[in-house]
Order: sequence, then C-alpha cells, then structure tokens
Amino acid sequence: MRRSKYIRPVHLLDSGDGPRLTTSAMIASIAGPDQPTKAAPFGHTLAAIAEGNPRIVGLSADLAKYTDLHIFRAAHPDRFYQMGMAEQLLMMAAAGMAREGFQPWVTTYAVFASRRAYDFICLAIAEETLDVKIVCALPGLTTGYGPSHQATEDIAMFRGMPNLTIIDPCDAHEIEQAVPVIAAHKGPVYMRLLRGNVPLVLDEYGYQFELGKAKLLRDGRDTLIISSGLMTMRALEAARELQRDGVDAAVLHVPTIKPLDEATILAEGRKGGRLVVVAENHTIIGGLGEAVAATLMRSDVRPAAFRQIALPDQFLEAGALPTLHEQYGLSTGKVVSAIKGWLSE
Amino acid sequence: MTDIGHNVSLSERARRIRRNALRMGEVQGQGYIAQALGVADVLAVSYFHATNFRPEDPEWDGRDRFLLSIGHYAIALYAALIEAKIIPEDELETYGTDESRLPMSGMAAYTPGMEITGGSLGHGLGIAVGMCLALKRKSSKSFVYNLFSDGELDEGSTWEAAMSAGSYKLDNLIGIVDVNQMQADGPSLGVMNFEPLAPKFESFGWFVQRVDGNDIEALVEAFDAARYHDEEQPRLIICDTKMAKGVPFLEARERNHFLRVEPHEWAEALKIIEAGAIA
Repeated sequence: MRRSKYIRPVHLLDSGDGPRLTTSAMIASIAGPDQPTKAAPFGHTLAAIAEGNPRIVGLSADLAKYTDLHIFRAAHPDRFYQMGMAEQLLMMAAAGMAREGFQPWVTTYAVFASRRAYDFICLAIAEETLDVKIVCALPGLTTGYGPSHQATEDIAMFRGMPNLTIIDPCDAHEIEQAVPVIAAHKGPVYMRLLRGNVPLVLDEYGYQFELGKAKLLRDGRDTLIISSGLMTMRALEAARELQRDGVDAAVLHVPTIKPLDEATILAEGRKGGRLVVVAENHTIIGGLGEAVAATLMRSDVRPAAFRQIALPDQFLEAGALPTLHEQYGLSTGKVVSAIKGWLSE
Repeated sequence: MTDIGHNVSLSERARRIRRNALRMGEVQGQGYIAQALGVADVLAVSYFHATNFRPEDPEWDGRDRFLLSIGHYAIALYAALIEAKIIPEDELETYGTDESRLPMSGMAAYTPGMEITGGSLGHGLGIAVGMCLALKRKSSKSFVYNLFSDGELDEGSTWEAAMSAGSYKLDNLIGIVDVNQMQADGPSLGVMNFEPLAPKFESFGWFVQRVDGNDIEALVEAFDAARYHDEEQPRLIICDTKMAKGVPFLEARERNHFLRVEPHEWAEALKIIEAGAIA
C-alpha cells in the first residue's frame, strides 16, 4: 500500500525490530556489496576519446558531477559548457553547436531529458538528425528519491521519436565500449547512464558492444531471458541461481533498444519450446518488452509463453534501492521466483 | 557570384518582399500574410544591409546565420530569400503545395537558406546561443540573428536562452523581436503581459534597442548599432511592427493572426504594393 500523509506510521516509531534501510543517496551505486566495480566509466572514456576528437564538447545542466561529466570537465575545461539548470536550453544549445560541426555530449537526469526537454530533443535535434549524444543518469528505478527522479518511462517516450538511437548499457565494461562507438555513429543517440561506481559484469563473457546488436550471453533450453541495462546483470545472476535448481536459462542482452535487433530476437524466439521473459528496468508500458512482443507477433513467432519483468504502471515509492527492487520485482531473487512460477504454470 | 542587384533601395527590397509574400498567399489562398507584410521592412534591412551571405552558397561558412524561430513566418522569409536570389523566384508558385521546397511552416531540411526548423515556438533563441558558442570556438566573426515573435516571449525556453546569452556575454548574437501585438488568441499583451520588455532583457545583460520596425532608416541605425556595439554582450532589437503593413484595407482588420483574405483581395493587395514600385 502506498503510504499516506493521513496515516501516521506508528509501526516505525515503536518498532523493536532493529534499524531499517534508508533512502539511498542520489549518487548511490547500484553495485552489490562484493561486486567488482569501475569508477565513472563514461566520464573517463569520453575524456579519453576527446583527446583525439576536437569535435567533442560536453554540456551539462548543473549535473556534471552527478553524470560523471566532471571527469571530462577536468580533462578539457575549455570544451565544457555549463548551461545552468535549464534542460530546454541544454538541448537547444546542443542543437546549435551540432549545426556548427561539433559533437555535443549533453548530460542530465533521464527524467529531465525525457519529460522536460522532449520537444527540444525532438524538433531541434532528432528531426534534423543532428549529431548530439544525450547521456542520462538515474534511468528507471536507480534512485530512491521517488517519482521526481525516477525515469520509469523514458524509453517509452523516446522510442516514439524518429531518428533517435536508444542505448541501455548493462555495466562499466559496456559503457567503455559503447562511448567510442556512439561517437563514431553519426546522428542523435540517447544513452541511459550508470554512473559512479558501476558494476563490472560483462568482461567475464568476452562481450563486445556493437551498435544495434543483441548478444546471447549464455544459452539455455528452458527459458530465454531477453534483457537490457542493469536487468541483464540481474538476468545473469538469476540464470546462475536457476541453474542450481536445474533450470536452464538463456540470456539475450539487448543494449540497443532502437533500432532493435529484430533478426536476433526472432532467431532466438524461434528456438521453440521456451518461456520468453523480457526483463527491463522500465515501466511495463512501451519499453523493451512490448518492442519484443510486437517483433515476435509481426513474424508469427510464438514462444511457449511470453512474460514481462518490468516496473508497474505506477508512480513508484521513495526508499532504499534494495527495498524498492525487491518490492517492484527487479531483484535477482524476484526474477528467479517469477521465472520458476511461470515455468510451473 | 550571383548578382542580387545593386543600387536597389531598402524600401524597394521591402516592397518586393511584400509582393513576393502576397503572390505566395495568392497561390495558397491563405497564409500568415499579415505577419509577412508587417515584418518585411525588418527582413529587408536584415538581409540587404546587415547580413553577409552568398546566394549561390547558402551554407557558406563565413555567412551570418539568420534563424527564423517563428516557423509560420516562413512565407515572409521565403519572400526575402527569393529577393536575395537564394530561392529561385519561379518556385514561389509552389508555396505550400505537395513536394514543394516551401512548406507552410519553415523546415531546415527543405529550404535553402532556412537555418532551423522553427514552429515549435521558443526554440530559436536557444539554438542561436549554441551556434554563437560554437562560432566563438571556431574563432568565426559571423553574427547569429534570431528572429522571434512577441508571442515567443511567453515561452520559458526563450528566457532560459536569454539568461544564458547574457551570462556567456554573446556579442555575436543579435536577437530581433517582432512585436506586432497579435497572437493566436488575441492581442499579445492581453494573452500575457511581457512589458516592460526592454528592461527585462537589459537586466539579463543585453544591449537593447527599441525601434519602429516599419521605419527603414531607424532599422538601419539599430542594426548598425547592434553590429558595432563594443560591449561584450548580446544585442536585442525590439521591432514594433504593424500587422499587414502596406495594405491599408488589410491593416484595418482586427482579427489578423491568420488573416482571412478573399480571392479577389489578393490581386487588390498586390495592386497596392505594385503601385509603390520604384521605377
């Protein structure tokens, strides 16, 4: 039940059951306690590739530090532009700089780019196919600050925007690989950003990011988990747990949401008899799940069953991230139990 | 190099811009003609006195950039671009027709000389800020003009851009506001009171001038002052214009945001404008 200002939480006041988790700091890492991480992979990679690419400039709307762009700023102070806490201006100015031949990398939070600056990205940047890279922190449920900061519908909104490439990377390894690829790609890109100490996961899989390509990270006979972003990390963890219980799970990582790698999704979907589960850090409406479902249906591909792990169509609660991931079904444990439940249906 | 004609007075340029706009309006039987007639003098001075351009190479890097934030003023800008020989005159007849390079609302991808896609109002000034920053990075001496409307003063994005231009001291930015006192829902000040306008921009760090936007001599002086002003700050020229200027029977109409012109009236209006031709 959603808490209410009209109901005093007396159970918190006289509780004898020890300390509760508190809302994670804005810059909290999504990494688990013992997970290997890498610091600010986006900022370091961008700063490094900018050495050899004078077209690259960085623009921020008062969130450089919170989007790892401060690393770029420190390395290339004369190529950093502070646009103030003004996301509409951020996008317009980026459009203007791109028109003059530069490649602006703009950063803010995903909520502000999507909800607040949509029209400016759409008309000033995407309609003109301008070479602007929009890199946004706090995608989906990666902050406990509540709906003001949780970009649960950014992909749904941006999927509707022609010309825009959408990337949802899984980890530090992928961000490091994706940044130079995105720089080499001509045209507007929206990338969901994991910042700060970012988990390191895909290096173990010999993974190589390719724009527009889905990659099978592990194969399995019983279920196929199709995932993007941090949910690929959860899917891989869930697959290992399922393995212990004799469930053989494949994981197909889809970092490019648009254009979608329909060929690979169809090829995997055609391997019959498997439960297909799409797992995404996004509302169940309009994200990867619906994109995959439509892809399968348009080609008459019918898996044994199709299910979605996604955030509910709600404004989410504030709280500690582990609490919220558990509550909304994004934790590894919830992924495992959901898949087991569906397999036993 | 394309010859755009010399020894043509600015008032004759303005007259031809009005004529071109009326001819396009006649083709379509509709259009934002009152705005076009109102802003014709501003465009004449902008293009034929204050802007460096090469008609045969509209994307020449050394040009001054002229952004039309007000997409529905496209008919006015086409009229100027035709006079500037950036758009061939015979394309005038295609205005607003399928597959034409001259759509009703300005689009950068369709039209030579159209720097941005306007129309979602409140975009131009911010894009101009980005272009000015970029031109400074390139050590370019070009100016960026942004023509926007009094209605766009209602948009918050205009003020985000205005504040940043002052903050960055963008002395290569020249904003031109067409204050024609008419918006879609009625007189501009009744829609939202943006006055006192000059002090607002001055307090944001701009060098501001306010002129009669239908007075060619005053406009020339203001554009010169804007270009040669020696303080490091953005420049604004507030142009008070009269809707439908130059065609008295249209000027007299009150509801003129999307002016209704009867079929026979186009020719009548053109006759009035032609009568002003300088031999």
